[in-house]
Amino acid sequence: MEQLPALLIVIPLMSAPLCAALPNNRLPWLLATTVSWAVFVMAVLLALQVLDTGTISYAMGGWQPPWGIEYRIDTLNAFVLLIVSGIGAAVTPFSGRSAGKEIPADRLSLYYCLFMLTYTGLMGITITGDIFNLFVFLEISSLSSYALISLGRDRRALTAAYQYLIMGTIGATFYIIGVGLLYAMTGTLNMADLAHLLPSVSGARTVHTALAFIVAGVGLKLALFPVHLWLPNAYTYAPSPVSAFISATATKVAVYVLVRMLFTVFGVHYSFHVMPLTPILVALSLVGIFVTSLFALSQLDAKRLLAYSSVAQIGYMIAGLSLATTLGVTAGLTHLFNHALMKGCLFLALGCVAYRIGSTRIRDMEGLAHAMPWTFSAFALGGLSLIGVPLTAGFVSKWYLILAALELGWWWLAVAVLAASLIAVAYVWKVIEAAWFRPLPEDRRDVREAPLALLVPTWALVLANLYFGIDTRWSVGMAQLAAKSLLGGGP
Amino acid sequence: MILLGHYNYLIVVFLMMAGFYTVISRGNLVKKIIGLNIFQTSVFILYISLGNIKGGAAPIIAEGVKVYSNPLPSVLILTAIVVGVATTALALALVVRIREAYGTVEEDEIHRQDEDF
Repeated sequence: MEQLPALLIVIPLMSAPLCAALPNNRLPWLLATTVSWAVFVMAVLLALQVLDTGTISYAMGGWQPPWGIEYRIDTLNAFVLLIVSGIGAAVTPFSGRSAGKEIPADRLSLYYCLFMLTYTGLMGITITGDIFNLFVFLEISSLSSYALISLGRDRRALTAAYQYLIMGTIGATFYIIGVGLLYAMTGTLNMADLAHLLPSVSGARTVHTALAFIVAGVGLKLALFPVHLWLPNAYTYAPSPVSAFISATATKVAVYVLVRMLFTVFGVHYSFHVMPLTPILVALSLVGIFVTSLFALSQLDAKRLLAYSSVAQIGYMIAGLSLATTLGVTAGLTHLFNHALMKGCLFLALGCVAYRIGSTRIRDMEGLAHAMPWTFSAFALGGLSLIGVPLTAGFVSKWYLILAALELGWWWLAVAVLAASLIAVAYVWKVIEAAWFRPLPEDRRDVREAPLALLVPTWALVLANLYFGIDTRWSVGMAQLAAKSLLGGGP
Repeated sequence: MILLGHYNYLIVVFLMMAGFYTVISRGNLVKKIIGLNIFQTSVFILYISLGNIKGGAAPIIAEGVKVYSNPLPSVLILTAIVVGVATTALALALVVRIREAYGTVEEDEIHRQDEDF
């Protein structure tokens, strides 16, 4: 039990070269699935431990912090670890059939190797308490996800991966410049130590610059409007399970990094009161929500539509978080959790469609709901959650976001959130209308329902969407605890 | 004079801007990667400069050595160099595959082909 934090990283990391060494049959899939479930169980155990005993500090290799690398798990990390490993546990089994169809057979074991590396990197970013170690994990996850995206069937996957590589590397380099400047001012890389030392030098221009570099760099990684341009192509042309995994976890982890940096390292007072981040971030996310929702509305490909909607949803998260009130941060973190569930479920449903008809264009889906009712019911329920209909997870986070806006008296923000949800109704309806209310073309008569191996992971996420829309003790409860501790009120 | 005394930081700023500009302005995919490399190299120099102390020796315990440079930034940059090499290798591999698929490494040409497609 004491070694859990290390095992959480070491096990998926070791499984990556093992996957690559296995032959191109079902073995790498079996290994990856077992590992992802084992990691999920460990993340649950770790979360229970954190809720029970408070923050856990693990000295990697026995080197005491702040000199050695510390793994520091508080409520916030534990929460994000649960999201990443939960999505991983749902998407890896899905890969079995879906990747088997979409990825060349001679590259299957390498696919699982890359998948596990991305998984390791994302878990590592979340668990570490050292800002340089975070950079290393960030690059592990990014490099492997560029390669994963380039595995897509369409040749545009290559240019999408290239574009993502350029933007992602610029983002990571900006981050590392910020880290260097912070190190120059304090002589430490440990987050807790930095939080302790930074207030004494916070007047220095170097620290202002460090904040600017880090926010810009992480902003690129989390696809904050207007630096989201890499995201739509990357999500559209990646293989289906990769789109589902990356959309549900990678940007969420980047949002986590921003939260960790702004709230823990720089401190709430410095980030939001000394530096004017609240108006900047709220303005960017509001414009982003509207512009990208309208873009989503005009898309012809369902995957691309969801990708644009992802950028809009990130806007909701950032808007909530940058209010820097307990309610606002709770809303942002809850949406982080819920959005992972809904986008995971929607992209998996599209993965089922791609498995049967080899396309995700809306025109190709006409009437398909009659042939694949389970798949499109999953899509419809995920879509309802995306819109924020009561009794789904999406409603809960939007509800908290509106409460947070009203608490500050920012009624315009509440109105904007509701108005943007109406655009979401329109773009989700586009797909639903084509699939359910058009006749099935003659040449699609022989399309059958997606296989159970694909439907089960998809429906697991659908049920999670419904469950967390009704029982919010876990999702909102943990987000609330994390928000309180971030804002300095309690453990 | 203060500016000249910090000439290494001026070099960092120059390289950073030159690399960044190259990434943004060039349409050739290989040139973009070269720009990205220059951009990353500037950060390496920034870190090494931070750790250096005027007249400092290498951080090895020896008689008569009182002033020594901070070794940590150099170690961090070793890691960053490895990351940089991996990024470049992956980027070039992607460019090779893009060239196989499109027959060109010019961004404009690729966009034009995708629109026709």
